Amino acid sequence: MAILGIFQRGPIKHAVLSSGQVTPDPARCVQCGICTYNCPVDIDVRAHAWRGEPVIHSHCLTCGECVARCPRGALRFEKTDLFTRRES
Amino acid sequence: MKRVIVGAGVAGIAAIEAIRSLDSIGEIVMVGDDPHGYYSRPGLAYYLTGELHDKTLYPRASEDYRKLNFRYVKGRVKNILRDAHVLELENGPSISYDKLLIAVGAQAAPLEIPGATLDGVLKLDHMEDAKRILKQARRGKTAIVVGGGITALELTEGLLSRGMNVHYLLRGDRYWSGVLDDQESRIVEGRLQEVGVTLHHRAEAIEILGRKNRVIGVRLRDGRVMKCDLVAYAIGIHPRVELARQAGLAVDRGILVNEHLQTNDVNIFAAGDVAQVYDPSTGRSALDSLWSSAREQGYAAGLNMAGKATVYVKSIPFNVTRLAGLTTTIIGAVGAGDDKDLVGIARGDSETWRQLPDAMVAQSGFDVNRVRLLLGEKRLLGAVVMGDQKLSYPLEKIVSESVDISPIREELLSPQARIGDVIAKFWASMRN
Ligand SMILES: Cc1cc2nc3c(=O)[nH]c(=O)nc-3n(C[C@H](O)[C@H](O)[C@H](O)COP(=O)(O)OP(=O)(O)OC[C@H]3O[C@@H](n4cnc5c(N)ncnc54)[C@H](O)[C@@H]3O)c2cc1C
Ligand code: SF4
Ligand code: SF4
Repeated sequence: MAILGIFQRGPIKHAVLSSGQVTPDPARCVQCGICTYNCPVDIDVRAHAWRGEPVIHSHCLTCGECVARCPRGALRFEKTDLFTRRES
Repeated sequence: MKRVIVGAGVAGIAAIEAIRSLDSIGEIVMVGDDPHGYYSRPGLAYYLTGELHDKTLYPRASEDYRKLNFRYVKGRVKNILRDAHVLELENGPSISYDKLLIAVGAQAAPLEIPGATLDGVLKLDHMEDAKRILKQARRGKTAIVVGGGITALELTEGLLSRGMNVHYLLRGDRYWSGVLDDQESRIVEGRLQEVGVTLHHRAEAIEILGRKNRVIGVRLRDGRVMKCDLVAYAIGIHPRVELARQAGLAVDRGILVNEHLQTNDVNIFAAGDVAQVYDPSTGRSALDSLWSSAREQGYAAGLNMAGKATVYVKSIPFNVTRLAGLTTTIIGAVGAGDDKDLVGIARGDSETWRQLPDAMVAQSGFDVNRVRLLLGEKRLLGAVVMGDQKLSYPLEKIVSESVDISPIREELLSPQARIGDVIAKFWASMRN
Protein backbone atom coordinates (compact mmCIF):
# COMPACT_ATOMS: atom_id res chain seq x y z
CA MET A 1 0.00 0.00 0.00
CA ALA A 2 2.77 2.36 0.94
CA ILE A 3 4.44 1.79 -2.38
CA LEU A 4 1.19 2.49 -4.19
CA GLY A 5 0.86 5.75 -2.30
CA ILE A 6 4.25 6.84 -3.46
CA PHE A 7 3.55 6.08 -7.05
CA GLN A 8 0.28 7.93 -6.87
CA ARG A 9 1.85 11.16 -5.77
CA GLY A 10 5.04 10.50 -7.67
CA PRO A 11 4.30 11.15 -11.33
CA ILE A 12 4.00 14.93 -11.29
CA LYS A 13 7.29 15.53 -9.58
CA HIS A 14 8.77 12.77 -11.61
CA ALA A 15 7.93 14.54 -14.82
CA VAL A 16 9.57 17.71 -13.62
CA LEU A 17 12.68 16.25 -12.13
CA SER A 18 13.50 13.21 -14.16
CA SER A 19 15.99 15.07 -16.30
CA GLY A 20 18.90 14.01 -14.16
CA GLN A 21 20.18 11.91 -11.34
CA VAL A 22 20.91 12.70 -7.75
CA THR A 23 24.53 13.79 -7.54
CA PRO A 24 26.26 14.36 -4.21
CA ASP A 25 29.03 16.72 -3.22
CA PRO A 26 30.89 14.75 -0.53
CA ALA A 27 32.62 17.86 0.82
CA ARG A 28 29.24 19.18 1.97
CA CYS A 29 27.92 15.96 3.41
CA VAL A 30 28.06 15.33 7.15
CA GLN A 31 26.62 11.79 6.97
CA CYS A 32 23.57 12.71 9.02
CA GLY A 33 21.35 10.27 7.14
CA ILE A 34 18.35 12.54 6.60
CA CYS A 35 18.41 11.64 2.90
CA THR A 36 18.39 7.91 3.47
CA TYR A 37 15.74 8.29 6.18
CA ASN A 38 13.43 10.12 3.77
CA CYS A 39 13.96 8.08 0.64
CA PRO A 40 10.65 6.38 -0.10
CA VAL A 41 12.34 3.39 -1.70
CA ASP A 42 15.09 2.95 0.89
CA ILE A 43 18.06 3.83 -1.23
CA ASP A 44 21.08 4.51 0.96
CA VAL A 45 21.71 7.96 -0.46
CA ARG A 46 24.12 8.74 2.38
CA ALA A 47 26.43 5.94 1.27
CA HIS A 48 26.46 7.41 -2.23
CA ALA A 49 27.24 10.81 -0.75
CA TRP A 50 30.21 9.40 1.16
CA ARG A 51 31.66 7.88 -1.97
CA GLY A 52 30.73 10.86 -4.14
CA GLU A 53 28.83 8.61 -6.52
CA PRO A 54 25.60 9.66 -8.21
CA VAL A 55 22.52 7.64 -7.38
CA ILE A 56 22.24 5.37 -10.37
CA HIS A 57 19.63 3.02 -9.11
CA SER A 58 16.82 1.43 -11.01
CA HIS A 59 14.43 2.03 -8.10
CA CYS A 60 15.14 5.75 -7.80
CA LEU A 61 11.94 7.69 -8.49
CA THR A 62 13.84 10.96 -8.94
CA CYS A 63 11.22 12.27 -6.56
CA GLY A 64 13.67 14.80 -5.13
CA GLU A 65 12.85 14.01 -1.53
CA CYS A 66 16.50 13.51 -0.58
CA VAL A 67 17.62 16.64 -2.46
CA ALA A 68 15.00 18.79 -0.81
CA ARG A 69 15.59 17.50 2.72
CA CYS A 70 19.38 17.53 2.82
CA PRO A 71 20.20 20.29 5.29
CA ARG A 72 23.61 20.86 3.73
CA GLY A 73 22.75 21.30 0.10
CA ALA A 74 24.97 18.30 -0.59
CA LEU A 75 22.65 16.78 -3.19
CA ARG A 76 21.54 18.09 -6.51
CA PHE A 77 20.07 16.83 -9.72
CA GLU A 78 22.58 16.76 -12.47
CA LYS A 79 22.23 15.68 -16.02
CA THR A 80 24.20 12.55 -16.65
CA ASP A 81 26.79 12.25 -19.38
CA LEU A 82 24.63 9.60 -20.83
CA PHE A 83 21.78 11.99 -20.97
CA THR A 84 23.69 14.82 -22.54
CA ARG A 85 25.06 12.52 -25.16
CA ARG A 86 21.61 11.29 -25.95
CA GLU A 87 20.34 14.83 -26.23
CA SER A 88 23.01 16.10 -28.54
CA MET B 1 53.08 -3.59 10.23
CA LYS B 2 50.52 -2.85 12.94
CA ARG B 3 48.60 0.40 12.64
CA VAL B 4 46.57 1.69 15.53
CA ILE B 5 44.01 4.47 15.49
CA VAL B 6 42.78 6.19 18.62
CA GLY B 7 39.30 7.68 18.24
CA ALA B 8 36.33 6.28 16.33
CA GLY B 9 35.31 9.48 14.60
CA VAL B 10 35.22 10.38 10.92
CA ALA B 11 38.99 11.05 10.81
CA GLY B 12 39.69 7.56 12.16
CA ILE B 13 37.25 5.85 9.78
CA ALA B 14 38.69 7.70 6.80
CA ALA B 15 42.20 6.66 7.87
CA ILE B 16 41.18 3.00 7.90
CA GLU B 17 39.67 3.33 4.43
CA ALA B 18 42.89 4.91 3.19
CA ILE B 19 45.08 2.18 4.68
CA ARG B 20 42.85 -0.49 3.20
CA SER B 21 43.03 1.11 -0.22
CA LEU B 22 46.75 0.26 -0.20
CA ASP B 23 47.04 -2.72 2.09
CA SER B 24 44.24 -5.24 2.40
CA ILE B 25 45.78 -7.47 5.07
CA GLY B 26 48.01 -5.44 7.43
CA GLU B 27 46.76 -5.42 11.01
CA ILE B 28 44.62 -2.43 12.02
CA VAL B 29 43.26 -1.75 15.49
CA MET B 30 40.88 1.09 16.36
CA VAL B 31 40.38 2.14 19.98
CA GLY B 32 37.38 4.28 20.86
CA ASP B 33 35.84 5.33 24.15
CA ASP B 34 32.42 6.48 22.94
CA PRO B 35 29.91 3.74 23.85
CA HIS B 36 28.04 4.62 20.64
CA GLY B 37 31.04 4.20 18.33
CA TYR B 38 31.04 6.08 15.03
CA TYR B 39 28.08 8.31 14.20
CA SER B 40 27.37 11.65 12.58
CA ARG B 41 28.20 14.25 15.17
CA PRO B 42 26.75 17.19 13.19
CA GLY B 43 23.60 15.09 12.79
CA LEU B 44 23.02 15.28 16.56
CA ALA B 45 21.43 18.67 15.94
CA TYR B 46 18.73 17.08 13.75
CA TYR B 47 18.18 14.39 16.33
CA LEU B 48 17.45 17.14 18.84
CA THR B 49 14.92 18.82 16.56
CA GLY B 50 13.28 15.47 15.85
CA GLU B 51 14.04 15.49 12.13
CA LEU B 52 15.58 12.09 12.42
CA HIS B 53 15.76 9.09 14.65
CA ASP B 54 18.93 8.36 16.63
CA LYS B 55 19.36 5.10 14.74
CA THR B 56 19.66 7.11 11.54
CA LEU B 57 22.87 8.73 12.75
CA TYR B 58 25.01 5.63 12.24
CA PRO B 59 26.39 5.70 8.71
CA ARG B 60 27.80 2.18 8.76
CA ALA B 61 26.38 -1.27 9.34
CA SER B 62 28.44 -4.06 10.90
CA GLU B 63 28.81 -5.54 7.44
CA ASP B 64 30.64 -2.39 6.29
CA TYR B 65 33.04 -2.63 9.22
CA ARG B 66 33.70 -6.29 8.50
CA LYS B 67 34.73 -5.39 4.99
CA LEU B 68 37.29 -2.93 6.35
CA ASN B 69 38.77 -5.78 8.34
CA PHE B 70 39.97 -4.15 11.55
CA ARG B 71 39.75 -4.92 15.25
CA TYR B 72 37.70 -2.54 17.35
CA VAL B 73 38.59 -2.12 21.00
CA LYS B 74 36.13 -0.28 23.20
CA GLY B 75 38.22 1.63 25.69
CA ARG B 76 40.03 4.78 26.57
CA VAL B 77 43.70 5.25 25.90
CA LYS B 78 45.36 6.58 29.03
CA ASN B 79 48.99 6.83 27.99
CA ILE B 80 51.22 6.61 24.99
CA LEU B 81 54.58 5.02 25.80
CA ARG B 82 56.56 6.22 22.82
CA ASP B 83 59.80 4.39 23.53
CA ALA B 84 58.04 1.06 23.86
CA HIS B 85 55.49 1.81 21.07
CA VAL B 86 52.68 0.87 23.41
CA LEU B 87 49.30 2.33 24.35
CA GLU B 88 48.04 1.89 27.90
CA LEU B 89 44.28 1.66 28.28
CA GLU B 90 42.21 2.66 31.27
CA ASN B 91 40.58 -0.75 31.44
CA GLY B 92 42.11 -3.55 29.48
CA PRO B 93 45.36 -4.86 28.10
CA SER B 94 47.93 -2.58 26.49
CA ILE B 95 48.17 -2.38 22.72
CA SER B 96 51.41 -2.16 20.76
CA TYR B 97 51.75 -0.19 17.54
CA ASP B 98 54.15 0.41 14.69
CA LYS B 99 52.28 3.46 13.38
CA LEU B 100 49.80 5.40 15.46
CA LEU B 101 47.08 7.91 14.55
CA ILE B 102 45.66 10.18 17.22
CA ALA B 103 42.18 11.23 16.09
CA VAL B 104 40.50 11.94 19.41
CA GLY B 105 38.62 15.06 18.36
CA ALA B 106 37.69 17.98 20.54
CA GLN B 107 35.38 18.54 23.46
CA ALA B 108 33.18 21.37 24.63
CA ALA B 109 35.04 24.08 26.47
CA PRO B 110 33.75 23.99 30.04
CA LEU B 111 31.59 26.76 31.42
CA GLU B 112 33.73 28.12 34.19
CA ILE B 113 31.25 29.81 36.49
CA PRO B 114 29.91 28.72 39.88
CA GLY B 115 27.12 26.18 39.57
CA ALA B 116 28.26 24.80 36.22
CA THR B 117 28.34 21.24 37.56
CA LEU B 118 24.71 21.25 38.73
CA ASP B 119 22.26 18.76 37.23
CA GLY B 120 20.56 20.34 34.27
CA VAL B 121 23.62 22.16 32.94
CA LEU B 122 24.10 20.59 29.52
CA LYS B 123 26.46 20.62 26.53
CA LEU B 124 26.36 18.91 23.14
CA ASP B 125 29.42 16.83 22.26
CA HIS B 126 28.29 13.23 22.08
CA MET B 127 25.28 11.03 21.52
CA GLU B 128 24.98 10.68 25.31
CA ASP B 129 24.74 14.46 25.64
CA ALA B 130 21.95 14.59 23.06
CA LYS B 131 20.05 11.86 24.87
CA ARG B 132 20.50 13.68 28.17
CA ILE B 133 19.15 16.88 26.64
CA LEU B 134 16.11 15.10 25.24
CA LYS B 135 15.43 13.46 28.58
CA GLN B 136 15.54 16.78 30.41
CA ALA B 137 13.76 18.98 27.87
CA ARG B 138 10.22 19.45 29.13
CA ARG B 139 7.40 21.08 27.23
CA GLY B 140 6.37 24.35 28.81
CA LYS B 141 9.50 24.64 30.97
CA THR B 142 12.22 27.23 30.55
CA ALA B 143 15.69 26.78 29.13
CA ILE B 144 18.57 29.24 28.99
CA VAL B 145 21.14 28.91 26.24
CA VAL B 146 24.59 30.44 26.64
CA GLY B 147 27.32 30.72 24.02
CA GLY B 148 27.71 31.33 20.33
CA GLY B 149 28.39 29.83 16.94
CA ILE B 150 26.45 27.04 15.31
CA THR B 151 26.10 24.74 18.30
CA ALA B 152 24.43 27.37 20.51
CA LEU B 153 21.78 27.84 17.82
CA GLU B 154 21.36 24.11 17.40
CA LEU B 155 20.72 23.84 21.12
CA THR B 156 18.27 26.73 20.94
CA GLU B 157 16.36 25.19 18.04
CA GLY B 158 16.42 21.72 19.54
CA LEU B 159 15.02 22.87 22.88
CA LEU B 160 12.46 25.06 21.16
CA SER B 161 11.21 22.21 19.02
CA ARG B 162 10.76 20.20 22.21
CA GLY B 163 8.32 22.80 23.41
CA MET B 164 10.55 24.68 25.83
CA ASN B 165 10.55 28.44 26.36
CA VAL B 166 14.04 29.38 25.31
CA HIS B 167 16.01 32.40 26.41
CA TYR B 168 19.24 32.91 24.51
CA LEU B 169 21.83 35.00 26.29
CA LEU B 170 24.41 36.88 24.24
CA ARG B 171 27.30 38.57 25.98
CA GLY B 172 27.85 40.97 23.12
CA ASP B 173 25.65 43.01 20.84
CA ARG B 174 24.93 40.41 18.21
CA TYR B 175 25.02 36.77 17.24
CA TRP B 176 28.29 35.21 15.91
CA SER B 177 30.05 38.49 15.37
CA GLY B 178 33.31 36.71 14.61
CA VAL B 179 31.98 35.37 11.32
CA LEU B 180 28.75 37.15 10.37
CA ASP B 181 28.42 40.82 9.60
CA ASP B 182 25.92 43.07 11.31
CA GLN B 183 23.13 42.52 8.81
CA GLU B 184 23.55 38.75 8.83
CA SER B 185 23.45 38.62 12.62
CA ARG B 186 20.26 40.68 12.57
CA ILE B 187 18.63 38.36 10.06
CA VAL B 188 19.36 35.33 12.24
CA GLU B 189 18.24 37.09 15.40
CA GLY B 190 15.03 38.28 13.76
CA ARG B 191 14.16 34.77 12.74
CA LEU B 192 14.87 33.42 16.20
CA GLN B 193 12.52 35.99 17.67
CA GLU B 194 9.85 35.15 15.10
CA VAL B 195 9.77 31.53 16.22
CA GLY B 196 9.55 32.53 19.85
CA VAL B 197 13.08 32.65 21.21
CA THR B 198 13.67 35.46 23.69
CA LEU B 199 17.01 37.12 23.02
CA HIS B 200 18.99 38.97 25.64
CA HIS B 201 21.91 41.10 24.46
CA ARG B 202 24.81 42.07 26.71
CA ALA B 203 23.62 39.43 29.11
CA GLU B 204 26.40 37.51 30.77
CA ALA B 205 25.68 34.61 33.09
CA ILE B 206 28.06 34.73 36.04
CA GLU B 207 26.51 32.07 38.25
CA ILE B 208 24.12 29.17 37.89
CA LEU B 209 21.80 28.86 40.82
CA GLY B 210 20.62 25.53 42.15
CA ARG B 211 18.54 23.80 44.72
CA LYS B 212 19.16 20.17 45.74
CA ASN B 213 21.92 20.04 43.19
CA ARG B 214 19.57 20.98 40.35
CA VAL B 215 19.48 24.17 38.25
CA ILE B 216 16.82 26.71 39.17
CA GLY B 217 18.16 29.85 37.58
CA VAL B 218 20.98 32.02 36.37
CA ARG B 219 22.47 35.18 37.81
CA LEU B 220 23.61 37.81 35.31
CA ARG B 221 26.47 40.25 35.68
CA ASP B 222 24.04 43.16 35.98
CA GLY B 223 22.53 41.49 39.04
CA ARG B 224 19.35 40.18 37.43
CA VAL B 225 18.26 36.66 38.25
CA MET B 226 16.45 34.59 35.62
CA LYS B 227 14.58 31.45 36.58
CA CYS B 228 15.01 28.35 34.44
CA ASP B 229 14.82 24.58 34.44
CA LEU B 230 17.92 23.91 32.43
CA VAL B 231 20.99 25.62 31.02
CA ALA B 232 22.60 24.55 27.75
CA TYR B 233 25.96 25.98 26.74
CA ALA B 234 28.28 26.02 23.73
CA ILE B 235 31.09 28.48 24.24
CA GLY B 236 33.67 26.82 22.03
CA ILE B 237 35.72 23.65 21.96
CA HIS B 238 39.11 22.42 23.10
CA PRO B 239 41.04 19.90 21.04
CA ARG B 240 41.78 16.88 23.25
CA VAL B 241 45.54 17.32 23.43
CA GLU B 242 46.20 15.73 26.85
CA LEU B 243 47.36 12.34 25.54
CA ALA B 244 49.79 13.96 23.15
CA ARG B 245 51.04 16.41 25.74
CA GLN B 246 51.70 13.65 28.29
CA ALA B 247 53.58 11.74 25.63
CA GLY B 248 55.79 14.77 25.02
CA LEU B 249 54.55 15.47 21.50
CA ALA B 250 54.62 19.04 20.21
CA VAL B 251 51.33 20.71 21.11
CA ASP B 252 50.05 24.25 20.67
CA ARG B 253 46.26 24.77 20.57
CA GLY B 254 46.03 21.35 18.91
CA ILE B 255 48.58 18.63 18.20
CA LEU B 256 51.09 20.14 15.81
CA VAL B 257 51.51 18.18 12.60
CA ASN B 258 53.32 18.84 9.34
CA GLU B 259 51.74 18.66 5.89
CA HIS B 260 51.94 14.87 6.11
CA LEU B 261 49.86 14.95 9.30
CA GLN B 262 52.91 13.70 11.14
CA THR B 263 53.75 14.84 14.66
CA ASN B 264 57.31 15.39 15.83
CA ASP B 265 57.46 11.61 16.36
CA VAL B 266 57.79 10.02 12.89
CA ASN B 267 55.58 7.07 13.89
CA ILE B 268 52.73 9.14 15.25
CA PHE B 269 50.17 11.05 13.20
CA ALA B 270 47.24 13.24 14.18
CA ALA B 271 44.14 14.26 12.20
CA GLY B 272 40.73 15.87 12.61
CA ASP B 273 39.56 18.26 15.30
CA VAL B 274 42.58 17.50 17.48
CA ALA B 275 45.17 18.38 14.84
CA GLN B 276 46.67 21.79 14.22
CA VAL B 277 47.83 21.38 10.68
CA TYR B 278 50.68 23.19 8.99
CA ASP B 279 49.61 24.84 5.78
CA PRO B 280 52.57 25.40 3.45
CA SER B 281 50.62 28.00 1.45
CA THR B 282 50.29 30.34 4.45
CA GLY B 283 53.18 29.13 6.58
CA ARG B 284 50.81 28.85 9.52
CA SER B 285 49.23 26.04 11.50
CA ALA B 286 45.48 26.23 11.93
CA LEU B 287 42.64 24.39 13.63
CA ASP B 288 39.45 23.36 11.90
CA SER B 289 36.40 21.76 13.40
CA LEU B 290 34.80 20.62 10.21
CA TRP B 291 33.55 17.19 9.31
CA SER B 292 34.95 17.27 5.78
CA SER B 293 38.38 18.53 6.90
CA ALA B 294 38.53 15.75 9.50
CA ARG B 295 37.69 13.22 6.83
CA GLU B 296 40.29 14.54 4.38
CA GLN B 297 42.99 14.76 7.03
CA GLY B 298 42.22 11.26 8.28
CA TYR B 299 42.45 9.93 4.76
CA ALA B 300 45.78 11.61 4.08
CA ALA B 301 47.16 10.41 7.43
CA GLY B 302 46.07 6.86 6.59
CA LEU B 303 47.88 6.94 3.25
CA ASN B 304 51.02 8.18 4.98
CA MET B 305 50.74 5.45 7.62
CA ALA B 306 50.47 2.89 4.85
CA GLY B 307 53.69 4.14 3.32
CA LYS B 308 52.41 6.39 0.55
CA ALA B 309 53.88 9.85 1.12
CA THR B 310 50.92 12.19 0.77
CA VAL B 311 50.72 15.91 1.36
CA TYR B 312 47.45 17.11 2.84
CA VAL B 313 46.28 20.00 0.76
CA LYS B 314 43.89 22.06 2.78
CA SER B 315 40.84 22.88 0.75
CA ILE B 316 39.08 26.20 1.17
CA PRO B 317 37.28 25.78 4.48
CA PHE B 318 33.59 25.98 4.07
CA ASN B 319 30.47 24.95 5.88
CA VAL B 320 26.85 24.76 4.95
CA THR B 321 24.65 25.04 7.95
CA ARG B 322 21.24 26.18 9.04
CA LEU B 323 21.07 29.26 11.16
CA ALA B 324 17.61 29.70 12.61
CA GLY B 325 16.27 27.61 9.76
CA LEU B 326 18.09 29.61 7.13
CA THR B 327 20.55 27.66 5.03
CA THR B 328 23.85 29.49 5.17
CA THR B 329 27.10 28.73 3.39
CA ILE B 330 30.35 30.18 4.63
CA ILE B 331 33.26 29.99 2.21
CA GLY B 332 36.88 31.05 2.57
CA ALA B 333 37.86 34.10 4.61
CA VAL B 334 34.82 36.05 5.74
CA GLY B 335 35.11 37.68 9.10
CA ALA B 336 37.36 39.27 11.64
CA GLY B 337 35.15 40.58 14.41
CA ASP B 338 35.54 39.97 18.09
CA ASP B 339 33.10 37.40 19.49
CA LYS B 340 32.40 37.61 23.19
CA ASP B 341 30.36 34.42 23.20
CA LEU B 342 33.11 32.06 22.15
CA VAL B 343 36.51 31.09 23.44
CA GLY B 344 38.69 30.20 20.45
CA ILE B 345 37.18 27.93 17.85
CA ALA B 346 33.65 26.49 17.85
CA ARG B 347 32.09 23.45 16.20
CA GLY B 348 31.70 23.64 12.48
CA ASP B 349 34.22 26.46 12.49
CA SER B 350 37.57 27.18 10.92
CA GLU B 351 40.29 29.49 12.14
CA THR B 352 40.94 30.36 8.51
CA TRP B 353 37.60 32.14 8.20
CA ARG B 354 38.79 34.82 10.53
CA GLN B 355 42.06 35.56 8.77
CA LEU B 356 40.66 38.50 6.94
CA PRO B 357 43.08 39.70 4.31
CA ASP B 358 42.86 42.97 2.45
CA ALA B 359 39.44 42.78 0.92
CA MET B 360 36.59 44.89 -0.38
CA VAL B 361 33.09 43.89 0.50
CA ALA B 362 30.23 43.59 -1.95
CA GLN B 363 26.80 42.64 -0.76
CA SER B 364 23.25 42.39 -1.85
CA GLY B 365 19.94 41.45 -0.34
CA PHE B 366 18.70 42.69 2.99
CA ASP B 367 16.18 40.06 3.89
CA VAL B 368 16.51 36.31 4.07
CA ASN B 369 18.30 35.98 0.77
CA ARG B 370 21.63 37.63 1.10
CA VAL B 371 25.05 37.35 -0.43
CA ARG B 372 28.24 38.90 0.87
CA LEU B 373 31.46 38.67 -1.09
CA LEU B 374 35.00 39.43 0.00
CA LEU B 375 36.88 40.63 -3.02
CA GLY B 376 40.65 40.63 -3.28
CA GLU B 377 42.57 42.31 -6.08
CA LYS B 378 41.92 39.52 -8.56
CA ARG B 379 40.32 36.77 -6.58
CA LEU B 380 37.27 36.15 -4.56
CA LEU B 381 38.52 35.47 -1.02
CA GLY B 382 35.35 34.50 0.71
CA ALA B 383 31.57 34.55 0.63
CA VAL B 384 28.55 34.17 2.86
CA VAL B 385 25.36 33.00 1.19
CA MET B 386 22.15 33.06 3.20
CA GLY B 387 18.82 31.68 2.14
CA ASP B 388 18.65 30.93 -1.56
CA GLN B 389 21.63 28.72 -2.25
CA LYS B 390 21.79 28.92 -6.04
CA LEU B 391 25.03 30.89 -5.85
CA SER B 392 26.70 28.79 -3.22
CA TYR B 393 28.08 26.14 -5.52
CA PRO B 394 29.50 28.54 -8.14
CA LEU B 395 30.95 30.77 -5.42
CA GLU B 396 32.64 27.85 -3.73
CA LYS B 397 34.29 26.91 -7.01
CA ILE B 398 35.26 30.49 -7.80
CA VAL B 399 36.93 30.83 -4.39
CA SER B 400 38.55 27.40 -4.26
CA GLU B 401 39.86 27.49 -7.80
CA SER B 402 41.18 31.05 -7.40
CA VAL B 403 39.35 32.12 -10.53
CA ASP B 404 40.44 35.52 -11.86
CA ILE B 405 37.43 37.73 -11.25
CA SER B 406 38.87 40.97 -12.64
CA PRO B 407 36.34 40.98 -15.50
CA ILE B 408 33.47 41.40 -13.02
CA ARG B 409 35.16 43.03 -10.05
CA GLU B 410 34.12 46.56 -10.82
CA GLU B 411 30.58 45.55 -11.58
CA LEU B 412 30.36 43.70 -8.26
CA LEU B 413 31.56 46.75 -6.38
CA SER B 414 29.16 49.19 -8.01
CA PRO B 415 26.57 50.46 -5.53
CA GLN B 416 23.57 48.99 -7.33
CA ALA B 417 25.25 45.69 -8.13
CA ARG B 418 22.94 42.77 -8.69
CA ILE B 419 25.48 40.31 -7.39
CA GLY B 420 23.35 37.27 -8.09
CA ASP B 421 22.97 38.08 -11.76
CA VAL B 422 26.60 39.06 -12.22
CA ILE B 423 27.89 35.84 -10.65
CA ALA B 424 25.37 33.68 -12.48
CA LYS B 425 26.39 35.19 -15.82
CA PHE B 426 30.07 34.89 -15.03
CA TRP B 427 29.63 31.28 -13.94
CA ALA B 428 27.77 30.41 -17.11
CA SER B 429 30.50 31.97 -19.25
CA MET B 430 33.15 30.08 -17.27
CA ARG B 431 31.45 26.79 -17.88
CA ASN B 432 31.22 27.32 -21.60
C1 LIG C 1 26.75 19.31 17.77
C2 LIG C 1 27.80 19.37 16.72
C3 LIG C 1 27.59 20.09 15.57
C4 LIG C 1 28.55 20.15 14.56
N1 LIG C 1 28.27 20.82 13.42
C5 LIG C 1 29.14 20.80 12.39
C6 LIG C 1 28.85 21.41 11.16
O1 LIG C 1 27.84 22.09 11.02
N2 LIG C 1 29.72 21.29 10.13
C7 LIG C 1 30.89 20.63 10.27
O2 LIG C 1 31.66 20.54 9.30
N3 LIG C 1 31.23 20.06 11.45
C8 LIG C 1 30.38 20.14 12.50
N4 LIG C 1 30.72 19.54 13.70
C9 LIG C 1 32.11 19.10 13.88
C10 LIG C 1 32.41 17.72 13.36
O3 LIG C 1 31.52 16.81 13.91
C11 LIG C 1 33.83 17.39 13.73
O4 LIG C 1 34.69 18.26 13.03
C12 LIG C 1 34.23 15.97 13.41
O5 LIG C 1 33.37 15.07 14.04
C13 LIG C 1 35.67 15.71 13.84
O6 LIG C 1 36.00 14.37 13.64
P1 LIG C 1 37.18 13.68 14.43
O7 LIG C 1 37.26 12.32 13.88
O8 LIG C 1 38.37 14.55 14.40
O9 LIG C 1 36.75 13.68 15.96
P2 LIG C 1 35.46 13.12 16.70
O10 LIG C 1 34.32 12.94 15.79
O11 LIG C 1 35.28 13.98 17.89
O12 LIG C 1 35.90 11.67 17.16
C14 LIG C 1 36.89 11.44 18.14
C15 LIG C 1 36.58 10.18 18.91
O13 LIG C 1 37.67 9.87 19.77
C16 LIG C 1 37.19 9.39 20.99
N5 LIG C 1 38.23 9.56 22.01
C17 LIG C 1 38.63 10.71 22.59
N6 LIG C 1 39.63 10.47 23.48
C18 LIG C 1 39.87 9.14 23.45
C19 LIG C 1 40.78 8.29 24.15
N7 LIG C 1 41.65 8.78 25.02
N8 LIG C 1 40.73 6.97 23.90
C20 LIG C 1 39.84 6.46 23.00
N9 LIG C 1 38.97 7.23 22.31
C21 LIG C 1 38.98 8.55 22.53
C22 LIG C 1 35.96 10.24 21.21
O14 LIG C 1 35.06 9.64 22.11
C23 LIG C 1 35.37 10.31 19.81
O15 LIG C 1 34.51 9.23 19.57
C24 LIG C 1 29.77 19.47 14.73
C25 LIG C 1 30.00 18.75 15.90
C26 LIG C 1 29.04 18.69 16.89
C27 LIG C 1 29.31 17.89 18.15
S1 SF4 D 1 21.07 14.50 4.10
FE1 SF4 D 1 22.75 15.57 3.05
S2 SF4 D 1 24.31 15.85 4.65
FE2 SF4 D 1 22.87 14.32 5.43
S3 SF4 D 1 23.80 12.35 4.80
FE3 SF4 D 1 22.39 12.95 3.18
S4 SF4 D 1 23.66 14.04 1.69
FE4 SF4 D 1 24.80 13.94 3.60
S1 SF4 E 1 15.27 11.02 -5.66
FE1 SF4 E 1 13.72 10.05 -4.33
S2 SF4 E 1 13.87 7.87 -4.81
FE2 SF4 E 1 15.69 8.81 -5.66
S3 SF4 E 1 17.23 8.53 -4.04
FE3 SF4 E 1 16.27 10.55 -3.70
S4 SF4 E 1 14.61 10.18 -2.26
FE4 SF4 E 1 15.24 8.19 -3.07
